[in-house]
Amino acid sequence: MYTLENVSKTYTQSKRQITALADVSLSIPSGQLVAIQGPTGGGKSTLLQMLGALDRPTSGRISLGEAELSHLPDRKLGGIRAKEIGFVFQGFNLIPTLTAQENVETALAPLGVPAEERRRRALDALASVGLADRAGHVPGELSGGQQQRVAIARALVKEPDVLLADEPTGNLDEETRDEIMDLLEGLWRDRGLTLVVVTHDSAVAKRAERRLHITHGTVTERR
Amino acid sequence: MFFTYLRRELAGRRRQTAIVAIGMALAIALVMIVNSVASGVRDAQASVLQSVYGVGTDLTVSQDPTPPEEGEAGAGPGRFEFGADDGTSTDDSTEISQSRLTAGFGSTTFDASALDTVADLDGVEAASAALSLTNMTFSGELPQFAQRTEGEPPAEGDTTQQAPTGGFDGAGGSAFDVNSFSVLGIDPGGAAVGPLSAVELADGRGLEASDAGQAVAVLDASYATSAELAVGDTIDVGGTEFEVVGTVTSTSADAATASNVYIPLGLAQSIAGLDGQVSDLYVQATSSDRIAAVQADIEEALPDATVSTQADLAASVSGSLSTASTLIANLGLWLSVAVLAAAFLIAILFTIQGVTRRTREFGTLKAIGWSNRRVVGQVAGESLVQGLIGGAAGLALGLAGIWVINLVAPTLGGSATTGTLAGGPVAGPGGDGGATASGPFGDRLADAAGSTTEVVLNAPVTISVVAIAIGLAVLGGLLAGAIGGWRAARLRPAEALRSVA
Ligand SMILES: Nc1ncnc2c1ncn2[C@@H]1O[C@H](COP(=O)(O)OP(=O)(O)O)[C@@H](O)[C@H]1O
Ligand SMILES: [Mg+2]
Repeated sequence: MYTLENVSKTYTQSKRQITALADVSLSIPSGQLVAIQGPTGGGKSTLLQMLGALDRPTSGRISLGEAELSHLPDRKLGGIRAKEIGFVFQGFNLIPTLTAQENVETALAPLGVPAEERRRRALDALASVGLADRAGHVPGELSGGQQQRVAIARALVKEPDVLLADEPTGNLDEETRDEIMDLLEGLWRDRGLTLVVVTHDSAVAKRAERRLHITHGTVTERR
Repeated sequence: MFFTYLRRELAGRRRQTAIVAIGMALAIALVMIVNSVASGVRDAQASVLQSVYGVGTDLTVSQDPTPPEEGEAGAGPGRFEFGADDGTSTDDSTEISQSRLTAGFGSTTFDASALDTVADLDGVEAASAALSLTNMTFSGELPQFAQRTEGEPPAEGDTTQQAPTGGFDGAGGSAFDVNSFSVLGIDPGGAAVGPLSAVELADGRGLEASDAGQAVAVLDASYATSAELAVGDTIDVGGTEFEVVGTVTSTSADAATASNVYIPLGLAQSIAGLDGQVSDLYVQATSSDRIAAVQADIEEALPDATVSTQADLAASVSGSLSTASTLIANLGLWLSVAVLAAAFLIAILFTIQGVTRRTREFGTLKAIGWSNRRVVGQVAGESLVQGLIGGAAGLALGLAGIWVINLVAPTLGGSATTGTLAGGPVAGPGGDGGATASGPFGDRLADAAGSTTEVVLNAPVTISVVAIAIGLAVLGGLLAGAIGGWRAARLRPAEALRSVA
């Protein structure tokens, strides 16, 4: 359960103030699938950063369950990211020198999971995204869709409460896009995740329970 | 995870790893070689000094030579005088030979009572005295002039005068050899300090207390070889026949000893006409921190004396050894500092560049919950291991370089220019000097004041050389890792969301 109250985020770039989020108030109940749409530069990624405890708002309050994301120290935010939040990025963001399995394991390293269990859980996660047979491949040897599946396995292996995806299909061709969206939707349904997806794809957005639109830092509900 | 990631990174970015490691390896190898050669040169200097002054000598006392006054017999050797009955005559020529023992070139003698003065000073552990002398032998063949003038007058009508006969060429010529060697009169009791404390017996025996006043001599082994003398032979020193009872070599393998011939001090004094005189004192202090105080005390007690410490003496070592030492101290040091700085800079720049290139990677790791410490540790670990790989390669390269140097084993010559010790290894008996007896004689004058010792450079591999290599590798790795880690620590996790473009 996310609660945002009057959240604003401004960036100062060469003495110019840029308002990325302007006085956003909303709440996202646990288990909801939310699609976020809007023009480039509207503030979608900034909102996702706030939800993902990657950065603190300039003003306002944001909480995930009991945790005050807007006021916790960096170390605590890191712990929350490690345990409760999974990320999927537009550019996959896999570590190029590590194999698929090792990439998935990186999500378990900060949780202090023993090596053997880490290996097993990573392989299970890869199996759940249909990549059991690619565990030993490095990202360079995988297609874009396969790389994004590895990234999804990495986000889910720690069994988080929240999955945040910033344009997860933005770098993929049309066929693969549907595969990835279907996969995310299936995981959301099976695991009772809170899933927030930034997407330009209206077809995908239409399937979501709830649609938010962000322009100039202002959020509006769409139905 | 740490080690898996580390291994994958180093293997996956092989070129960067190789460049950083090669830079470190070259620098470390160079530092090792310079360090090892420097300590080899120091050892060589020490062995040159040891061969001249003996082991454990902290201070030497001598007196500056004073220019001879008008009319006084100069510092040079005494005059050779041949009487009518000197020499042995054969049919048509006369062989003459005479030895003179005089104070060493450039050496000034002083009263032996100085030894007691010095020995009684506080802080003096042991002291011994020596008299440095040069023995000069003049030998040659003169033609039998008498035979010619007393011979039959030339036959009537014989217009050509009879050719002179005899002499070294059988035609009335003369040939002379001027031959010299250095002689050191020492206390035969075997003093704890002094030139003979750094020698090893090669053959026979050394001088003993009971040898005082006996005409016995110990020879430098290499001089004995060149002069074709052995234990049991006799050697003419200043007109007195000495029995050779032993030969000695320097304990430092290739160095010649301080003098060619060692004889009891008392005899040396009386033959040279220098009764009660010595030229050098060898002083050992009770502890190294008292050397300066003892030096000051001696200078006060003996105002005319020159007191030198080992450090002064080391500075006085000249020749290719001193060139090598200067080269190592200047060029070697600066070169290794420069290469080391370049290697560290390369390591640091590559690490910073690596962190910048991997901004999104580290941002992503932070976004999925990696702590700053874990990310910094990873970056630092990579740099440290790169440094260590470079260190290992550098160690191997450095050891190989040192091995090559020791294989080539360059010979360095060092002269301890003391101003008081004459002689040195003799370049072989005086050649066929003929009437021009300048060859060996002139040379001897030229370097009379020094004793050139040939030392083979041995670059040692010491614990400190190996420790330097490992220490530098760790230092370079940590330095690059710390700077790279600092950069990585400042990365915001939100960098992970930065658009790919
Ligand atoms: N780190 C930053 N520094 C300065 N300006 C930023 C930064 N991140 C985002 N912005 C600005 O904030 C606005 C919103 O950006 P973003 O949230 O990335 O938009 P979207 O994801 O909807 O394209 C943009 O004008 C962008 O230029
Ligand atoms: Mg964006």
